[in-house]
Amino acid sequence: MSRPGGKQEALLALAGAAALVAIAFGAPWLKFVLTIALAKGLAVLGILLLLRAGQVSFGHALYVAFAAYVVAFLAPLVPEALVLLPLAALGAALLGLVIGLFVSRYREIFFGMMNLALSMVFYSLLEKFYHFTRGTDGIRVQPPRVAGMALTRDGYEWALFGIALGLCLVAGWLARIYLASPMGQALSAIKTRETRLEFMGISARAALLFAYVASAFLAGCAGAIIAMTTRHVTPLLGYWTASGELVFIAVLGGAGAVLGPFLGAIAFELVRVYAAATLADSWQLILGSVLLGVILFASRGLWGVIEALLRRGRRA
Amino acid sequence: MADWFADNGLLLGLALLDGISSAALIFMVAVGLTLVFGVMRILNVAHGSLYAIGAYTAASAGIFAASLGLPAWASLPAIVLSAALVGAVTGPLIETLLLRRIYDKDPVLQLLVTFALFMILEDVQKLIWGVQPMQNDTATRLLGTIDVPFGADVIPFNAYQLLLLPGVALTVLVGLTLFLRRTLTGRVIIAVTEDREAATAIGIDSTRVFLLTFTFGAALAALGGALSSPTASVVPGVGASTIVLSFAVVATAGLGRIEGAAIAALMIGLGRSIAVYFAPEFEVVVPYIIMVAVLLVRPQGLFGVAVTRRV
Repeated sequence: MSRPGGKQEALLALAGAAALVAIAFGAPWLKFVLTIALAKGLAVLGILLLLRAGQVSFGHALYVAFAAYVVAFLAPLVPEALVLLPLAALGAALLGLVIGLFVSRYREIFFGMMNLALSMVFYSLLEKFYHFTRGTDGIRVQPPRVAGMALTRDGYEWALFGIALGLCLVAGWLARIYLASPMGQALSAIKTRETRLEFMGISARAALLFAYVASAFLAGCAGAIIAMTTRHVTPLLGYWTASGELVFIAVLGGAGAVLGPFLGAIAFELVRVYAAATLADSWQLILGSVLLGVILFASRGLWGVIEALLRRGRRA
Repeated sequence: MADWFADNGLLLGLALLDGISSAALIFMVAVGLTLVFGVMRILNVAHGSLYAIGAYTAASAGIFAASLGLPAWASLPAIVLSAALVGAVTGPLIETLLLRRIYDKDPVLQLLVTFALFMILEDVQKLIWGVQPMQNDTATRLLGTIDVPFGADVIPFNAYQLLLLPGVALTVLVGLTLFLRRTLTGRVIIAVTEDREAATAIGIDSTRVFLLTFTFGAALAALGGALSSPTASVVPGVGASTIVLSFAVVATAGLGRIEGAAIAALMIGLGRSIAVYFAPEFEVVVPYIIMVAVLLVRPQGLFGVAVTRRV
């Protein structure tokens, strides 16, 4: 089976990025939506790493919410976006390491459900420790400076959009390198025959743990960007529906290539802007039905569709 | 220590009684989950939603029965009928339309499919029953309270939670064990659980067994929900917390262990209710602390059998 080469994917990524900038210029109000979409794309990229190993986490919103709250708590102390973002992401990665040491011993059902359980615990702690987190009211985030500059509202939105887009390009590129490396290839081996991997002297647990920490880091970047963009954090960021959304986007976009998550996230957020308000009570129902449809009938997702188009184009 | 008991003895007594009744409910959900997993090797994430649907149906049925002017005792058969109805409708529907298509797929896809079903059912509940809490406590009031002597004190506790819930749970446990060990259908189910291929080879129709087991598991989840409806109001989101809680029980016991699930449900139910009375902030955390502690020592669960990894 011929797949689009690396060069083709890089070109597509750059063309996509240019298109996004053009859209943000043309329709300024979409800038906000696109920034959130790109942030979610980062978190979904982390889900994709785990899917490569055949594992699915129903609780990764935990890391998104954790990083968002780190930003909310630290923003008054260090009002600088370029410091807050790495701090929050590293915090999430550290939490991912602690939890990962535990969950990397488990596979499939246990892996998925442990993550779900831990995220539900975190959610209810956020909700219950009212005097600390202000419960479901959430915390307002003061807009931080960016590179030392206090920006206007529009300038601040552009800066965050730029940071998100730049991070997505770098993360996507790094993820490609990682997945092609022996450490990344080990992930696919966990999915097919874990014991063979162990016979080769590679620790499956270490390979999965590395991917898990990377995914927590990516979800942390997403959480920090979301907190700085929406400027309001609530426990809902860590609720199971948020984790479900990440898994949904991963499957919708397609787990075959690193562009899939971003494709999925942008399609998802654009549809949601129009649909979620009118269909609030049946939103999960629609997501679930589409998820079933994709799994049963188009298991390669949106990226699979594009890949097929590219292949046909090359043959013609 | 003695002083502590003098001050908190009553609370501890209440916590114990509460714990036993909530353990009975968790057990009924968990046992369905573990039975379905044992036979079909699929962890049904939507199992908690069936509990919620059972609870909503029973509350509606109770309110409906009261509006017809039926006597209060009619709320008890209404509970059982609702559970049977939910099981008989949702079980075959889900098994034949959805699960049957994915038995030969990747485990990760199977998980995703039941997760998608869970998302769908959570909203179906909102569409049918709305988002307002629902309650019908006819059955609790019907049975009244019993004075439980506890040390020097007497705790008035309602009979529904004290006797009926644990009674039903015990009946389910004993009935299920006898059914699996003594009847032909039960032994067939065990055979499929132990070795699907060998069972099929000697002529067992595994399709029928799957359908039967899944429907039975769905009915048990719905029964747990239906029985819970007179004790607490049904709210959106109960499905999500139920599935994680019953998963914690099933994982603590070891996947597929029925008697183990009873003991794990008791541990987790008591742990949680003690937390409710003494450290309410940690109520939600306690079940998982118990689960994590058990799994750190015994990764296959308390009663699970360690499986050799596939080569």
